[in-house]
Amino acid sequence: MTVEITVTVNGTAHTATVEPRLLLVHFLRDVLDLTGTHVGCDTSQCGACTVHLNEDAVKSCTVFAVQADGTEVTTIEGLADGESYTPVQQGFWDEHGLQCGFCTPGMIMTAEWLLKQNPDPSEAEIRAGLAGNYCRCTGYQNIVNAIGAAAKAGR
Amino acid sequence: MATALFGDSVKRTEDPRLITGRGKYVDDIRLTGMTHMAFVRSPYAHANIRSVDTSAAANAPGVLTVFTGADLQEQLGGLPVAWLLPDLKQPPHPPLAYETVRYVGDAVAVVVADTAYQAADAAELVDVDYEILPAIVNAEAATKDGAPQLHSEAENNIAWDWNISGGDYDEAIKDPDVIVIKQRIVNQRLIPNSMETRGVVADFDSGRGNLTLYTSTQIPHFVKLLYSLVTGHPEQKIRVVAPDVGGGFGSKISIYAEEIVCGIVSKQLGRPVKWIESRSEAYIATTHGRDHITDVEIAGKKDGEIVGIKVDVYANIGAYLSTFAPLVPTWLFGLMLGGVYKMPNVVCRVWGVFTNTTPVDAYRGAGRPEATFLLERMVSRFAQEIGRDPIAVRRKNMLASHKNGRAVTTGVMYDSGDYKGNLNKALEIFDYRGFRSEQRAARRAGKLLGVGISTYIEITGAAPSAVASSLGAQAGLWESSNVRVHPTGKITVYTGSSPHGQGHETTLAQLVSSELGVPMEDVEVLHGDTDQGPFGVGTFGSRSLSVGGAALFNSLGKIKAKAHTLAAHLLESDPKFVTFEGGSFAVEDIPDKSMTFQEVAGAAYGAANLPPGMEPGLEEISFFDPTNFTWPFGTHICVVEIDEDTGQVSLVRYVAVDDVGNVLNPMIVDGMVHGGVAQGIGQALTEQAVYTDDGQLLSGSLMDYALPSADMFPMLEVDRTVTPSPVNPLGVKGAGECGTIAASPAVMNAVIDALAHLGVKHMDMPATSEKVWRAIRDAKETQRAARAAARRS
Ligand code: FES
Ligand code: FES
Repeated sequence: MTVEITVTVNGTAHTATVEPRLLLVHFLRDVLDLTGTHVGCDTSQCGACTVHLNEDAVKSCTVFAVQADGTEVTTIEGLADGESYTPVQQGFWDEHGLQCGFCTPGMIMTAEWLLKQNPDPSEAEIRAGLAGNYCRCTGYQNIVNAIGAAAKAGR
Repeated sequence: MATALFGDSVKRTEDPRLITGRGKYVDDIRLTGMTHMAFVRSPYAHANIRSVDTSAAANAPGVLTVFTGADLQEQLGGLPVAWLLPDLKQPPHPPLAYETVRYVGDAVAVVVADTAYQAADAAELVDVDYEILPAIVNAEAATKDGAPQLHSEAENNIAWDWNISGGDYDEAIKDPDVIVIKQRIVNQRLIPNSMETRGVVADFDSGRGNLTLYTSTQIPHFVKLLYSLVTGHPEQKIRVVAPDVGGGFGSKISIYAEEIVCGIVSKQLGRPVKWIESRSEAYIATTHGRDHITDVEIAGKKDGEIVGIKVDVYANIGAYLSTFAPLVPTWLFGLMLGGVYKMPNVVCRVWGVFTNTTPVDAYRGAGRPEATFLLERMVSRFAQEIGRDPIAVRRKNMLASHKNGRAVTTGVMYDSGDYKGNLNKALEIFDYRGFRSEQRAARRAGKLLGVGISTYIEITGAAPSAVASSLGAQAGLWESSNVRVHPTGKITVYTGSSPHGQGHETTLAQLVSSELGVPMEDVEVLHGDTDQGPFGVGTFGSRSLSVGGAALFNSLGKIKAKAHTLAAHLLESDPKFVTFEGGSFAVEDIPDKSMTFQEVAGAAYGAANLPPGMEPGLEEISFFDPTNFTWPFGTHICVVEIDEDTGQVSLVRYVAVDDVGNVLNPMIVDGMVHGGVAQGIGQALTEQAVYTDDGQLLSGSLMDYALPSADMFPMLEVDRTVTPSPVNPLGVKGAGECGTIAASPAVMNAVIDALAHLGVKHMDMPATSEKVWRAIRDAKETQRAARAAARRS
């Protein structure tokens, strides 16, 4: 059985016929070839797959593509306008908020959402806000700094 | 971007692609006609394979082919070991098991299908009939008579019995002034958890007979060599590519079964084959780290003088020998048992033991964290027993500073160090005295506050090859570089080291820019593609800059020398009057007589006017093999607060003062320290692989294995001292692992310090709330009983 869905991703509407069990992350990566969204686990813990679905940050490994039918999805590829980065992206670059870069798309998407909820977070609030995202490289310190810098830049 | 200098915190050139989702990891590779592979893995820790029925899987939708271990037995060979020890037992390690499975996760068959979902579905349909055998997971128990046996080649499951000693420990402890403190210490098994799991895409070109393997590895060149040795595929017809690699931490320094199997199957099928490890699969199929059961003794006098250490280790190596398994718990461990101390007597014996668990290999630090934990824990323990301050005891025993080599009891030569200077700086930043009075006040207020210290040293930057070879290495451990200056003066660098988060594209371009005075953006750094440069070794053991960077420095030296000769020729001057500064050659005292580096490059390729005997072109290769390892050291100080009611340990402060020699890019080194410390803290407080007695991995997913998250950490206070290394031209030492090595003992010493007044003397890692709560309760119970007994008497 397959289902036809239409999802608007980074501003462009895509219609595709998919298996109902197809995960949103695989729809993005394998059907639309948007490989910036990563898969780091199979238990919904790591957050590498975080995207925005309508107004929310979601783990796209935990959403079926069919559930995203009719929604607007933003992925890491949809943030920057050419070489002009969002304050969060710029913060990650300036503050050395990434090493291997594998967690980074999910971290950035989470941080974007976090700052929308709370434009001026404390260090503790940033750390708590990252509870759903793992990074094995940075010890989080420069990620926290990056988000702090982005908050400052956004003010 | 302008030119960069050695020592600048240059922002990373990797980042623009990685912050916009344009990195390219193995899973991002899509090839025409690509198929997908899934592995069928044993759910039992030890079993004989009676039969494998693949018919249902073969008929499942989308399935192209199914292979069992027996099908591929002839072509697959066995997985090799890259490090040998005297009398090492090397049982066969088939990439796909065909007779016996020896751990949960041992692969027995593969299914190839059009899509990954179909391959995973069909893998469920492969019906393996197992005869379950008794299993053993504890390394000490595995050596006892009557324990289940894994391999007929290894009696009592012992792969090796290795020892090292210096001085005469037994004689030293005869001194009546010497007290000996004994402790059993378990250094728990850890699961590396790079955020990108492993993955392979194999693409066989039947027209040319060439195989391309894209694989998430730290050692692409070794994978090429070992693939060729295992399968007989000619080495010149293999290209291995490590694209963007999402972390490794040692878990990607092995040649893995999946790399071999994907290559073979792509060749058989005539189509590209992709396999991406799921996280749960990674937990059982990718190597683990640590897992030592140790009996340690430290001996010393009441005045604080330490006279020796004695260590017996059961090192759990899992079901098979992984590529570097024999190295990690032996040399990388035993050599470090003297630490930064005089330590005149050292005895160490290590049994490598097979068990029905996932193979164990390097994990960040690899052997040094285990040694450093024992030593730093026991030094603090010794101080506690004799009633002295742990810092005073360290200071009393510390080696004097040296700039150019200090031989130590374990038989090696530390390259350079100023251990006391480093300690002093850390204490100054931390304000140790201030803390002790704060701690006393806190105790009076019923708060459990503790400070822990570790003054570590470690070994990084393998080579030297000749030494490594005498210790058992089966391959040279130098590093290569290729510098190609194009006719326009732009530069392509190839390094044999293979980054997976370390930022080589930035730091090596920075080194080129700093040496040649060219802008950073004129330099392209390539790595991890065996077709793009000379054979290389890879990135592990904190070696990329001290060995690979030095190789690059030497190539740049050759480039500069040739360009200098050519420039002098073109400027019609004696070379000794020609200077090279800011990217241009000039004749001394003649202001308008000069040429840019780019102009010289053009002339080298134009070749219209070369000095007699000079070949055209401007390209150089260097292989650098240092004369010694490098030995970074440092002081980490940690403060914890313990909640008495819950046993919860919170980190209050963490100061890290490392000495990694000269620092090319401080921002990047700080980042490595942060990440390293976080992993060391993870081991101390939360992480632990747990097996049931019959070999099921209970902590087999991110749900069950407590990876540290952002809210566990305070802001780390990172600083440095600088003692240049004399063994490479850059004066640098390895920086990738020191944080991990230093952190676990610093944290555990702090936990014990917080509980010391209750009589707690030791606790194994991880210091979970439950364990700490029990320790507090037991200690209070003991104190109460002692008080009661005192009242009675
Ligand atoms: S892939 Fe790990 S949470 Fe989605
Ligand atoms: S940068 Fe590697 S996992 Fe976060």
